[in-house]
Amino acid sequence: MTCLVDQFFPRVGLDTVQILERLGLEVHFDPRQTCCSQPAHNAGLQAEAARVAGHFLDVYAAGREPIVVPSGSCAAMLKVALPRLFGEGSSRRDQARQVAERVWELSDFLVNRLGVESTGAALEARVAYHDSCHSLRELGLREEPRRLVRAVLGVELVELPNSDRCCGFGGTFSVDFPEISVSLGREKLDRIRASGADWVVASDASCLMHLESIARACGQPIRTMHLAELLARRREVPA
Amino acid sequence: MKTTTPLRFRSNSREALNDRQLRDNLRHTLGKTLHSREAAVAELPHWEQLRRHARAVKLHTLSRLGRTLRRLEAAVLERGGTVLWAETAAQATQLVLDLAHRRDFTRIVKSKSMLGEEIGLNEALERRLEVVETDLGEFVVQLAGQRPSHLVAPALHLSRAQVAALFEEKLEVSVGQDVERITAAARSIMRRHFQRAQMGITGVNFAAADSGTLVVVENEGNARLSVSVPRLHVAIMGIEKVIPRLADLSVFLPLLIRSATGQRITSYVDLIQGPRRPDEPDGPPEFVLILVDNGRSRILADPALRETLACIRCGACQNVCPVFQSVGGHAYGSTYQGPIGAILTPQLDGVGQAPEHPFASSLCGACREACPVGIPIPEILVELRGRVQSRKGAQAWRIPGRKWAFALWAWCCSSPGRYRRLLRLSRRLWPLAERLPRGAARSWSLGRTLPHPAPRPFRDLYRDRKEGP
Repeated sequence: MTCLVDQFFPRVGLDTVQILERLGLEVHFDPRQTCCSQPAHNAGLQAEAARVAGHFLDVYAAGREPIVVPSGSCAAMLKVALPRLFGEGSSRRDQARQVAERVWELSDFLVNRLGVESTGAALEARVAYHDSCHSLRELGLREEPRRLVRAVLGVELVELPNSDRCCGFGGTFSVDFPEISVSLGREKLDRIRASGADWVVASDASCLMHLESIARACGQPIRTMHLAELLARRREVPA
Repeated sequence: MKTTTPLRFRSNSREALNDRQLRDNLRHTLGKTLHSREAAVAELPHWEQLRRHARAVKLHTLSRLGRTLRRLEAAVLERGGTVLWAETAAQATQLVLDLAHRRDFTRIVKSKSMLGEEIGLNEALERRLEVVETDLGEFVVQLAGQRPSHLVAPALHLSRAQVAALFEEKLEVSVGQDVERITAAARSIMRRHFQRAQMGITGVNFAAADSGTLVVVENEGNARLSVSVPRLHVAIMGIEKVIPRLADLSVFLPLLIRSATGQRITSYVDLIQGPRRPDEPDGPPEFVLILVDNGRSRILADPALRETLACIRCGACQNVCPVFQSVGGHAYGSTYQGPIGAILTPQLDGVGQAPEHPFASSLCGACREACPVGIPIPEILVELRGRVQSRKGAQAWRIPGRKWAFALWAWCCSSPGRYRRLLRLSRRLWPLAERLPRGAARSWSLGRTLPHPAPRPFRDLYRDRKEGP
C-alpha cells in the first residue's frame, strides 16, 4: 500500500483489497511496509532512497506472490527505478530486480495478469480518466485502466484532450515550483470541466490530491475518485 | 556562454507565468508544432526502429569519439579544407577572430548556430566586426537585443505583431502583420549583407566522418548563401555532432526534421564538402572547420551523464515539456533550455552555475518519449539533482532543511515502529504545519488547499477489518 493512501486516502486501500477479494484472491497487507522510496529518489537523494528501498526489500523479498500497488507512480518506482538505486552486481540489486518482476500496478494486474475487465462495479456517470505520467509512460498502461472504466456499469468514459499532459504534481516539484505546478493543474482542470465529466478518475491518488486542492482553492470543487474506488463501487440500493 | 552568478530559474519562471503575451505566443506556436510533429511521426510506421538505430549509432560513435573525429579531420583535409580544434569557448571564439583578422575581413554573415550562442561568438565578434544573423528567427532576436528562446525557433517567444513592431522601430519599415512582408523586408536587408560579406559562419547538424561531409538543415536558404557567397566559410561544431557515415543520414534526417518542425523534409538540406574545387562553378575558395569541445570531453567521461551528448538539437523535448510550454525558454537564462537545457547547462557550466535547472521538471517523462534518440532525460535530471544537493557552499541550491528532513524521513521509513510513530506525530503536527510561514506546506498552499490526513490510516482500518468488529 502506498504511504499516501495509508495516511490520506485509506478508502483507496480498502477498496483495492475489496476488489481483489471479490475476485477470489487472498490478499495480505504486511504492516511492516512503509514507503516505496520515491520521494527521496525524485529529490535526487539516492542514499536516503536506498535506505527506504532496502527496508521495502527486507519486507517483500522473501515472498513469491505478486505485489499489487494502487499507484502507477509507486509501481514504476518499484519496477523501474528501484534496482538502479543499488550498485551493479550487488546482491541488493539482484533482489530488487526479482521483486520488480512481482510488482503490478492495479489495472495492469487486473487486465494483464488476471484477464479481468469487469469488476462488477456500477456508477451512473460521465467519467474522465486522467493518465498519470508514470503509469502511462513508464509502465505503458494506456488502455488497461480505460478498459476497466468502460466495463463499469452505467459509466460513460469521456476522453480529455491532451490526456497525456502532466497535471503538474511531480512530487517535490509541486512545492519547489508551486506556481508552475498550479498553473499546469489549472489547465488540466479547465479541460476536465470542458469535458462535461461528473467524475475524474486516475490511478494515482497524488494527481487527484493536487487537482482537487487547486479546484477547492479556486472555489470550484471537482469530484475525484481513485480507480480502485470506482472499481469497487456497487450499485446504490435505494432505501 | 558563462555567467558568473548562478542562473535563477525559479524567480524568472514566476515572471514568465505572469506574462500573458508570452504565454499566448507559446501556446499558439507550440500547439501548431506539436500537432505537425505528431502527424509527421505517425506517418512513419518504423519510427521506433529509426529511434533505436539512431540511438545505437550515436552511443557507438561516442564510445569511439576520438577515432571518429580523426577520421573526419582526415577526410576534410583531403578535400582541401582546414580543421582547427578548440578546447574552450574562449579558444573557439579567438580562432574565429584570428581567421578574420589575418585576412582583414570585417564583414561576417552568420547562419543559425546554437554552438555559437553557447560560446558567446556574437558577443566576441561584434566588438570589432560587423556580424549579421541571417536566419530569420535569429535576425529578429539579434534585432531585439535578445537571445534565442528555443533550439529551432529562436524567436518563438515573440508574436507576429511584436516582430512587426520591432521591424518598424529598428528598421523603420512598415510591414503590417503580414508574414510575407516581414520576410521580404528581412530578405532585402540580408541580401545586401550577403553581397558584402567576406566570411560566412554556419553551425553543423551532422558531420559524416567517412566523407568529410557537413550537413546543415534549414528552411530559408540562408545557410546555403552564408556558405557559398563569402570568400571564407567557417563551420563550427561541437565534437559530439560527428556521425560515422554519410549513409547514416537516412536515419538521422527523418528523425531530426520530423521531430523538429514536423516537416517531411526541410526546404534545404545542405551537404558541404570543403572549399570550391577547380572544376566547380561556385563555393567558397576557403573552408575551415572548427571542432569545439567546451566541456564535452568531461561529459563523455561521466557514465551517468554521457548520453546527454547523443542530442541532435531537434527541440522536440522543449515542445512537449509542460514546464517549457508554461514559461518559455528565457526563464532558464541559459543557451540551452527546456529539458535538454536542464540537463546540459549544469554539465557544461557546472552544477553550481545552474543549480535550479535539474529541479525544473515534474519528471513526467514526455521529453524522453519525444526524444528521437531516446536520451533518458528524467534519469539524468534525478542524477544531477543529487549532485546539486551534495555540493557545499554558496552555489548549492537547497530547499532549507530538505536534506535533513529526508534523512529523518528515511530513518523513520526504514523501521515499522518508527514509521507508525511518524504517522501519528505528523497527524498531530499537521495543524501546525499549516501555520508555518515557510516550508513545504506553505508552498503547497500557494493556489491549493492543504489536504488533511484521514482520521485513521489504512493500516489501522485494515487491522480492524481483519480482526472483525
